[in-house]
Amino acid sequence: MSMKFDKPMTWQELPAGCLIDERATSLHFKTGDWRSMRPLWDAEKCIHCLFCWITCPDTAITVQDGKMTGIDYDYCKGCGICAVICPPKASAIDMVREEK
Amino acid sequence: MKTIAKTGNEAMAYAMKQINPDVVAAYPITPATEIVQIFSNYVADGEVDTEFVAVESEHSALSACVGASIAGGRVMTSTSSQGLALMHEILYIAAGNRLPIVIALVNRSLSAPINIHCDHSDTMGSREAGWMQLYCANSQEAYDSLIIALKVAEQTAVPAIVSTDAFIISHAMERLEVLEDEEVQRFIGEYKPRFSALDLENPKTFGPLDLQDYFFEHKRAQIDDFSKVLGTYNKVAQEYAELSGRYYPALEEYKTDDADVAIFTAGSTADTAKEVVDGLREQGRKVGLVRMRMWRPLPVEEIKAALGKFKAVAVMDRSDTMADFGGPVFLETRGILYDAKKKPLLTDYVYGLGGRNIDISDILRVYDEIEQVAKQGKIDKLITYLGVRGEE
Ligand code: SF4
Ligand code: SF4
Repeated sequence: MSMKFDKPMTWQELPAGCLIDERATSLHFKTGDWRSMRPLWDAEKCIHCLFCWITCPDTAITVQDGKMTGIDYDYCKGCGICAVICPPKASAIDMVREEK
Repeated sequence: MKTIAKTGNEAMAYAMKQINPDVVAAYPITPATEIVQIFSNYVADGEVDTEFVAVESEHSALSACVGASIAGGRVMTSTSSQGLALMHEILYIAAGNRLPIVIALVNRSLSAPINIHCDHSDTMGSREAGWMQLYCANSQEAYDSLIIALKVAEQTAVPAIVSTDAFIISHAMERLEVLEDEEVQRFIGEYKPRFSALDLENPKTFGPLDLQDYFFEHKRAQIDDFSKVLGTYNKVAQEYAELSGRYYPALEEYKTDDADVAIFTAGSTADTAKEVVDGLREQGRKVGLVRMRMWRPLPVEEIKAALGKFKAVAVMDRSDTMADFGGPVFLETRGILYDAKKKPLLTDYVYGLGGRNIDISDILRVYDEIEQVAKQGKIDKLITYLGVRGEE
């Protein structure tokens, strides 16, 4: 069974227990809209130390081949840890108000 | 079949050895300490293949059991009183995830005041957690019930608590008949878990967040499966009787056929009451006994049928609900009988809290009083605190 959340299941249709026959289902659940502050990343200033990647509590920093590539706003909660941890000499992340 | 002498704790540990679970995680607590202490000797001596996990609390013990069970193991633990209370949160998690874990429990009162002796307040306080509950009258039954409970738990995906009375059963040496190791293994069969977190070919999600959208449906399904436990229990108890010659119904009736009055009780008190029934029967008094063995799920129809026959019944409660309306067994029995066509006059005796002794004269008094109730057709005193100083 796969949880697609399109048609709600009755209690008789559910698998026994809280089992979901699929892994990493949290990926379906985009929680980035909780954010009130948005981290803005400046690729020019970034020295790719990956401090932000290792400290982000939401695994929202994307990395490829050992290089920071950006922020996944589908999951970033705007906590600002990345901006604080980013080395002062680099200061590659700015926190700004989330505005429509 | 071998005949040996064992205490209740030794009997439970011996059954655990013959079950040979994959994982036992436990924290010691009086008077259940011995169960896992003896079992850890079996582990150290290589008599079982069990992974024994020593933890720092009962909360962790049951948490480790949950993890091991999700991994697909056959899992057991043991506890008592405060230990069960500390497991309380995890009891619901095990049951909600449908993990057939079995607890060998020794019934002991809950603090305060601190007390290490028997009453049923620990398990009665966990009635709503979704665990099957069996109350044993002696060591033999504790041994047999642990084996039966494991099989029922695994077939129904409902965890089980099997309990004995602290010190009265746990530490009293009794004659015991045990099966051969192979017989127990054949009876319980190989455990085939419905899923395993270690199955890397088929990854799954365990214990997800479940809000307004599905929580109610999950609970409804759990309640439905729980209601099927009694049917499975009856079948497994029958199979066990064929193997061992010992049959344990969910509800036991003793000399009830033509009885006018009966005591409804559980645990070791039932065996004492049987002695009293035998004596009174010799005097020609029409008294009987109904013993509650399974209290979760509730054997509702069985209780209705058994108690409906009598003019009057005295419920014996070894714990209280603090509802100012007697003990849990009384309250639930009254609820069950409310819409029964035939129902007895029902009174409650709360007794034996904190291990206060209950002897033949106490039970004689209950029979005297309940016969009086039957004779006059009315109840003078609904709830009696039996054997407490200050009460008449
Ligand atoms: S703001 Fe917080 S959640 Fe968002 S990327 Fe930075 S550390 Fe991660
Ligand atoms: S902490 Fe700053 S400098 Fe380091 S990788 Fe992240 S954005 Fe770049």
